[in-house]
Amino acid sequence: MTRFLLRRLMWFAITLWVVVTVSFFLMRAVRGGPFDNDRALHESIERNIKARYHLDWHPFKQYLHYIGPLNLDEQGPEFLGGDGTRPFGGVLTGDFGPSFKYRDFTVNDIIGQSLPISVSLGVIALLWALALGLTVGIASALWRGTRIDVGLRLVATAGIAVPNFTIAGFLVIGFVFVLPLFPVAGYGTWRHLVLPGFALGGPFAAYIARLTRTGMLEVLSQDYIRTAHAKGLPPRTVLLRHAIKGGVLPVVSYLGPATAGILTGSLVIERIFAIPGTGSHFVNSALNRDYTLAMGVTILYTVLVYSLNTAVDFAYTLLDPRIDLEES
Amino acid sequence: MERSGWDLGRDDVEHLLHEAAAMRGESLWQDALRRLRRNRAAWSSLLFLALVAAVSLFAPALPLPSPVTLDLQLEPQPPVAPWSVWGSHGFEPDYWDLTAVDGLLVKARLAVFGDWQTGHWLGTDGKGRDILSRIVWGSRTSILVALAATLCSLLIGVTYGALSGLLGGRVDNLMMRVVDVLYSIPFIFLVIFLITLVNEYRTELEDRFGIDREVVFFIVIGAVYWLTMARVVRGQVLSLRNTEFVDAARVIGASTARILFVHLVPNVLSIVIVYLTLTIPAVMLFEAFLTFLGLGIEPPKVSWGLLAVDGSEMVNPVRIYWWLVVFPAAAMASTLLALNVLGDGLRDALDPKLRGKD
Repeated sequence: MTRFLLRRLMWFAITLWVVVTVSFFLMRAVRGGPFDNDRALHESIERNIKARYHLDWHPFKQYLHYIGPLNLDEQGPEFLGGDGTRPFGGVLTGDFGPSFKYRDFTVNDIIGQSLPISVSLGVIALLWALALGLTVGIASALWRGTRIDVGLRLVATAGIAVPNFTIAGFLVIGFVFVLPLFPVAGYGTWRHLVLPGFALGGPFAAYIARLTRTGMLEVLSQDYIRTAHAKGLPPRTVLLRHAIKGGVLPVVSYLGPATAGILTGSLVIERIFAIPGTGSHFVNSALNRDYTLAMGVTILYTVLVYSLNTAVDFAYTLLDPRIDLEES
Repeated sequence: MERSGWDLGRDDVEHLLHEAAAMRGESLWQDALRRLRRNRAAWSSLLFLALVAAVSLFAPALPLPSPVTLDLQLEPQPPVAPWSVWGSHGFEPDYWDLTAVDGLLVKARLAVFGDWQTGHWLGTDGKGRDILSRIVWGSRTSILVALAATLCSLLIGVTYGALSGLLGGRVDNLMMRVVDVLYSIPFIFLVIFLITLVNEYRTELEDRFGIDREVVFFIVIGAVYWLTMARVVRGQVLSLRNTEFVDAARVIGASTARILFVHLVPNVLSIVIVYLTLTIPAVMLFEAFLTFLGLGIEPPKVSWGLLAVDGSEMVNPVRIYWWLVVFPAAAMASTLLALNVLGDGLRDALDPKLRGKD
């Protein structure tokens, strides 16, 4: 088990290093910096700005400074000529540097403000997806072949086939304008997150419903379910105590990709509902060439998705003792 | 009377040959086709998709209003039933730069229908453009994006997966670990990042290499979607590589490349096709996603993603322009639904063992 985790960690470190290095130098190589304006800046102002963000250094020194763990500027360690007040810095110490566009903010400040919002939106979306998907999937497996089953499957497939901003459009028309139940956009109370959460979780609910249905059908045809029925257990108990545990296994392994998808989808949903989360910051930063912010968010989400995936694989072995991680 | 197999008279041989000639073998594909036809949902999906493809291919020849001519009215016009306004005259061929074939189709249209065009059966958008026409023209871009990106993913994914499975051992291990690692990266971030970087150089790319933004878009999407394909193909090839026909080919002295493309790839084609029908919807949704973020298709060109974006931008509390949201969404949903149903049907038809499973 430890070996499995260590190996994963090693591969992950390599990936992350490649991603960071390649994008760092791509950003430096690309023409047009974050401070380009329609109006040319005065030479001295430009020099000041460049010095402020260390853009006047050799790119390799900038890179070392960005990665860390040693801080290379004037506050760095004494043996490198700094005054030693802040010897460490850079990505390795969790410091993503200053934002290029939001003056006076570090990337860490921006992420620290926006990430809790994105996380609560993601959690609500995931809860919606699980609640809806599991219910629909189990119902459709129990009534297999009936009209209910066909109808539910059709709705589920349609849910996969529509972009989430269109679902959001329908929701806004239905539950804001026709039936004024929820606020149209913004962030503040839980009511602001109901519709975005649903629009974000909808397609995943549909997918979870399909997975649950398949899993349940497979489990319901197993011998041990027949045995449970044969020894006279009430159908409710058979379903809740015996069938569900095995039936939802495929869903557990889907949770990793689903979480990644929900994080991604929140780029769009946060924009539609004007939610000040990390996703909307990312899109704006990419469009505004705020390279440090864009890279910081990319690194953060990569780490997040990777650790979630590993955690899900881990949980999977606990639920299904037949799977051995060392084997794979 | 008992006879050994070698002891055949001339008549017997002729009889056998005759029988053999009368026997009609059924290939996997014929068998699959038969099974697919019996699956009514999948077969009607296939017919529907063929219809969509035909309409989008011959869009310039259809008597639709221009998808780009602006008619700046105060607000979008609601749909009118075909029986109340059948059509009108006054069509002017107004498009973006069309290919030569499309130019011919437009000429054919002008020859047949003159300046007659259909009425606004599905309404108009905020700039007075006909929604039906935009949906039909948009289908061309969306289908093209989907096909091109799928082709990219097909080329990379199938080659990579087949090579990995065929070489086996440590190479296979390494190649698959790379795929595992790539799987764990939230790719959308990198794609957005890449597209914004490429945008800095779009004029040079266009002037020097003739690569416009759409091509970059295809390549980037294709580069993202090959991972699943590689995994699936590798699994198939692993199970095939120790079979007799591969050994036989190797004994004759066929090169690895020949074994790969002539012997193995045709055998994994069925599962590849199934995965394609599931990749295309994903790519179309991704196009919509990127277009929403302003990184995809740009006006005056039109795609389903762009229409969906336009529609959702017109959602406001004063007046509900439902036709701007409903019709593009319906076009997209029905096509993707048909692709999904067809994919499920194909999987059942090509692999009887998997029937009834999702």
